[in-house]
Amino acid sequence: MSDFQTTNPIIKWIEYRLPVFSFLDHAVGSKYPTPKNLSYWWNFGSLAGLALVILMVTGIVLAMQYTAHVDYAFDSVERIMRDVNYGWLIRYLHMNGGSFFFIVVYIHIFRGMYYGSYKAPRELLWMLGVAILLAMMATAFMGYVLPWGQMSFWGAKVITSLFSAFPLIGEDIVIWLWGGFSVDNPTLNRFFSLHYLLPFVLVGIVVVHIWALHQFGSNNPLGIDTKGPQDSIPFHPYYTVKDLYGMAVFLVFFAAAVFFFPNAMGEADNYIEANPLVTPAHIVPEWYFLPFYAILRSITFDIWFLSAKLIGVILMFGSILVLLILPWLDRSPVRSSKFRPIHKQLFWVFVADCVVLGWVGANPAEPPYLYIGQAGTAYYFAHFFVILPLLSVLERTRPLPSSIGEPVLKGGGPAMGAASKPMEKA
Amino acid sequence: MTDSANPSHGGDGETRRDFLYLLAGAGGALGAAAAVWPLIDSMNPAADVLALASSEVDLEPIELGQRITVTWRGNPVFIERRPPARIEEARAVPLDDLPDPETDEARVQRAEWLVMVGVCTHLGCIPKGQKQGDPLGLFGGWFCPCHGSHYDTSGRIRKGPAPKNLVVPPYNFVDDTNILIG
Repeated sequence: MSDFQTTNPIIKWIEYRLPVFSFLDHAVGSKYPTPKNLSYWWNFGSLAGLALVILMVTGIVLAMQYTAHVDYAFDSVERIMRDVNYGWLIRYLHMNGGSFFFIVVYIHIFRGMYYGSYKAPRELLWMLGVAILLAMMATAFMGYVLPWGQMSFWGAKVITSLFSAFPLIGEDIVIWLWGGFSVDNPTLNRFFSLHYLLPFVLVGIVVVHIWALHQFGSNNPLGIDTKGPQDSIPFHPYYTVKDLYGMAVFLVFFAAAVFFFPNAMGEADNYIEANPLVTPAHIVPEWYFLPFYAILRSITFDIWFLSAKLIGVILMFGSILVLLILPWLDRSPVRSSKFRPIHKQLFWVFVADCVVLGWVGANPAEPPYLYIGQAGTAYYFAHFFVILPLLSVLERTRPLPSSIGEPVLKGGGPAMGAASKPMEKA
Repeated sequence: MTDSANPSHGGDGETRRDFLYLLAGAGGALGAAAAVWPLIDSMNPAADVLALASSEVDLEPIELGQRITVTWRGNPVFIERRPPARIEEARAVPLDDLPDPETDEARVQRAEWLVMVGVCTHLGCIPKGQKQGDPLGLFGGWFCPCHGSHYDTSGRIRKGPAPKNLVVPPYNFVDDTNILIG
């Protein structure tokens, strides 16, 4: 850490005792070389971090006004909306912040799939990302219960009831989760506790995720390793400023949602207080769970001794857990889809499949949606277990450039060569 | 391993040490599990929740063919005073037609009174059929709108994703017009 240079005596004094400045310099500064060809698709990691910070800050303030009791929860949220200074703003930031967190994380995940960011040596980085997704989902699910509206209550009831599908101990697990014989006050209290706790766990996993990222650095649109200093630029100032620009654009969209369409991604039924004796005609989860909800509901038949309910539950969790073994299902040595002509197309088919499943999840579980959902579910798993392993063997990939700099320096003509000159110094 | 310079000491010492490691490890794991158990068990229903576990219902005002909903342990309980036609309908069904075979006789204490927990055995929604004008499903009983489960006039699952019949709670007739559920 002695390579950190400064003339400021205070920084020197601190650095000698706690080398925090050289640590930052290695983490996000001039000592962290980053591929020079990262596109805007690489902004979504930092955007996810921003969303998490927005959620935690607004959440801490909301918790000061919220009452976790079945008799007061709904009213306390309405009080936040009407009586608390800027309460409407803070709650809408939190509510829409959750949706935007999922938007940027889903884009982040699809980017990783398109450019093969999960491949060696970044498998653990990817798997930690899946852990982050699972923690996010648990946090979002429990947070949605807190306003104690009709969708809060019935969403919680349906999803916790999933655990009753497990043989023998299923019923006991559900009663344990509820702390009673239905979703009730004990359930609301523990969900509030865990909803407050899990984001801090999330921060912990994010730190390890970034630690693993820094071991080999970012993947890049070409999917080839950096071959030397001419292929990379220091993170600061080049990517700090690019990330900041991305955040500004993100905040434009976020503010548009918060100020003009704050309830567009919510359910009107959640502004009706929870009633344990009346089920809403049409229960739907939040939009970011819809594809998984569609998979859950698509199984309507028993297979051998396994009930339809249990298979649905297994497939729903399996649809996320399968991501953990993605690095071993896709054995193609080429990372980026730029050089994988068939994978490039089938990737978009997979994205379309996820969108179709989401649309099915928002509709009732009856024909024709049911059959579309079943086909979509079959394709989802076929993508991972049939298409990717076969492509690894059968696909003829395009030749890779020898370095990140090559397409720019040799292939681009004199103008581009000149333009890239200043980069080389970095 | 045991052919060292001092076999009697080295060999014995190794296995004894392995055993002690194992014992200490197992003891530690057991202690940790014992320490965690109270935390896990604290999330099970507490004594006050369990104390609310019975409800008494007056059947006197219920007319023939009427269905009422009462609350027991936070869940709705459906009570129907069944007209003879609906009892016969339930008893005429061959057991082979049922995903969860159970005779109507086994589900009631007195044929006229059907008492069941009104929670769909699929994912916990409240089936429709208690109010006038509600859909009754294809079998004249109850219909769960969440995922399309149809129950018959005995509350047995006939069609749809629910795996089991609507649950009959433990109850007894205190006298001819009162039941105690739970």
